[in-house]
Amino acid sequence: MGNYFLDNEDIQFALDTLNIKELAELQEMFAENGDADYAPETVDDAVTGYAEILKIVGSIAADTIAPAAEQVDNEGHTLNDDGTVTYNPLTQKNLDKLAQGNLLGFTLPRRYGGLNCPNLIYTMATEIVSRADCSFMNMFGLQGIAETINAFASQEIKDMSLSRFCTGEVTGAMVLTEPDAGSDLQAVRLKAEQTEDGKWVLNGVKRFITNGCGEILLVLARSEPEITDGRGLSLFYVESDETVKVRHLEEKLGIHGSPTCELTFTNTPALLIGERQRGLITYVMALMNGARVGIAAQSLGVAEAAFRLARTYAAAREQFGAPIEVLPPVAEMLVDMKVKIEASRALTYHTCTICDKQNNGERLSQTPGIPKEIVSEQRKAARNAKRINGMLTPMSKYYGSEMAIEVSNMGLQVLGGSGYIKDYAAERYVRDARITNIYEGTSQLQVVAVIKGITSGTFESYIVDTFESKTYDDADLETLKASLIESRKKTVEAINFVKEQGTGYIDLSARKLVDCAIDILIGHLFLAQAEKCDRKKKIAKYFIERQAPRIAANVAVLLNRNSQAIDDYKTIVGDVPAAE
Amino acid sequence: MPYDIVVCVKQVPDTANITSDAMTPEGTVNRSALPAIFNPEDLHALETALEIKDRFGGTVTCVTMGLPKAANVLRECLYRGADRVILLTDRRAAASDTLATSYILSQVVKTVGKFDIVLCGRQAIDGDTAQVGPQIAEKLAIPQITYLEQVVDADDKTITVRRNTGSGWEVVKCQLPCLITVLDTANEPRPLSACKTLKYRFARVPGELAPDAEEEKAKLEQKGLLLEQWSLDDVNADLNRCGLAGSPTKVFKVLSIVLTKEGFKNVEPTEEGINGLIHELVEDKTL
Repeated sequence: MGNYFLDNEDIQFALDTLNIKELAELQEMFAENGDADYAPETVDDAVTGYAEILKIVGSIAADTIAPAAEQVDNEGHTLNDDGTVTYNPLTQKNLDKLAQGNLLGFTLPRRYGGLNCPNLIYTMATEIVSRADCSFMNMFGLQGIAETINAFASQEIKDMSLSRFCTGEVTGAMVLTEPDAGSDLQAVRLKAEQTEDGKWVLNGVKRFITNGCGEILLVLARSEPEITDGRGLSLFYVESDETVKVRHLEEKLGIHGSPTCELTFTNTPALLIGERQRGLITYVMALMNGARVGIAAQSLGVAEAAFRLARTYAAAREQFGAPIEVLPPVAEMLVDMKVKIEASRALTYHTCTICDKQNNGERLSQTPGIPKEIVSEQRKAARNAKRINGMLTPMSKYYGSEMAIEVSNMGLQVLGGSGYIKDYAAERYVRDARITNIYEGTSQLQVVAVIKGITSGTFESYIVDTFESKTYDDADLETLKASLIESRKKTVEAINFVKEQGTGYIDLSARKLVDCAIDILIGHLFLAQAEKCDRKKKIAKYFIERQAPRIAANVAVLLNRNSQAIDDYKTIVGDVPAAE
Repeated sequence: MPYDIVVCVKQVPDTANITSDAMTPEGTVNRSALPAIFNPEDLHALETALEIKDRFGGTVTCVTMGLPKAANVLRECLYRGADRVILLTDRRAAASDTLATSYILSQVVKTVGKFDIVLCGRQAIDGDTAQVGPQIAEKLAIPQITYLEQVVDADDKTITVRRNTGSGWEVVKCQLPCLITVLDTANEPRPLSACKTLKYRFARVPGELAPDAEEEKAKLEQKGLLLEQWSLDDVNADLNRCGLAGSPTKVFKVLSIVLTKEGFKNVEPTEEGINGLIHELVEDKTL
């Protein structure tokens, strides 16, 4: 009888120290509770309720999902001759348990049977589920589909779908990617046409669709054939039927528990979500931002699992007459793993708190019947949060996914030969983690999204206004803060230099600048944690004393203005290799 | 056809997580040193009841006997889907053995009203007697089936179940009402429902409130969160059959047995060596 929430001190620390009450207040403001008899009477009740909910998630994760992970990884799912997919029985069991636990409408309003949790709590749950089985997180994480329906679809569509998500009767999929439209979604071709009676039908092919076999599909399609870019795309609601076929289930390196489908649509009836032409630029962007935070949480979960396995192994495995954890290179790997996980968690959860302000701000400023002063206050708050989020969300996804790949790799390394064979889950963690910096936008695309905030000055003002003005009673913490201020100044110097060199050099330098910015932000988040916990002082010191030379090195490379990767590209990489 | 089901549950010390201070120097269980948990097999009895309700309809009422803190397991019953819970708490019930306990619980079941099926876990992990379920059936004068592994079917007059016989299984059909004890292999208890947990986490029995907390009591009652608490008088119990007076079992002594190693013996991995070992184990009646 394990519990992946109760055994994780760092998640509980976050729940205890972040300003959850502020989030709960916003979340409960004008909440659509209907006649739900489990709605909290006070904001404090809402806050204590979150821990109760996470305990249930932690229990199902440890006792049901984790024990099934290896078998699901080995067996995957089954594609049937009629173009349908049968889930692995253990995946179905996981879903059934979550439905029994009422955990499939985490952020939905209570009037539909949801739990009305802030995104932060949902993200914690996502991490907990991912630790149990990284691939199953994709099924749990699909709740964003229902959220998108709730945020943008008509009341009719909400009423016909949302309560079915909550009971587990249906699962969803976001159906965006096509063979020629991956990172560049503006190139989507799937056709949406209106029949004479004004109804929409879809025709075309989609690829790499996570849970494309789900019952409710949100499909990005070209409704305006004359407009070739993203403005010609709309988002459609589809109840999957015999016109939707799964043509192929992808064979993948990892996340075998997540069915990745190639779909064909043949005169498939569809309903328009929201307004025409806003499919990509408004709705998918919102859906994607939520999903990116989800991947950061998925990354945290798999990294946490990899760390725990490595930590246990290093304490038990004896070589040279002692446990290998006493060997400095092994000890350093484990400490690096742990600190990176906590760094990513601090960044992701901080991002969630801003997401919640944006989401609730947008909800409250659009809900009819809310007093004008609240509407204007919330509209302003949402706008501000959205600006910060535009930077923080891709930062979290980028840092988290790269962290998970590195940490799972180090985990395997700690196990040595035993990590490379299938007797341990270390190799599964490596395979599963590998997808995280690819889907929902590659790391390279996340960097493109973050760099806008860095070159526009948002990063600098956010750090200076939010963190540098804070003073600490502890002299050690003040010293660490001074080091972060120094790093910020160096980074701003590099930003200004890079901007002067023009677009090509900005693109080339973006990743290094983003790395510097993330190091500085995480350093400040650790300082805030250190104020509340002695152990975190050690973590802050470890992290911040290592960021200073890292930033100095990055800045030195940038100021050197070496652009050979562009200038000498052909000379260095040589000709395209002849086909073998 | 819907069935009204009563499930008997118990709060027990978690004997699976014994620490060094689990026993007092006098050799009795140090209950304060062990966390109190839902008796594991009772969870399977509850799950059986909920599955019957899901399949055929009806109601699930959970009853327990114990101190007011035993309301913890009753709340958990509500979190998992029970419709009604009742605590029997009474100082005069203290020190009841299995005979007295089963008498009291049978009175509780009778007082609940109409019932079709009574479900119990096979046994509790603190006493390990497996006597209370069968004795309740005797007191209620209804048939009993022990060691249920699966409910096969039910109609308006009978229930058909598969029971484990120890060396296999048999399918038996029994008239209703009846009492059934459930094994931990019968099912996998469902998780707590988040909605029900959020709803019932503030529910209390009166015994958990301060004696003068009338206002709080009234508030809970108004919200439907004041749980039923009965005394022996409420179930018309004969006091001579309750507590110490009704308990013929007398504990003579409790021994704390610590198994220690007493040396090693090498057995050669040859046919002769193995034969010698088997012979020795047969001799000292280990085999």
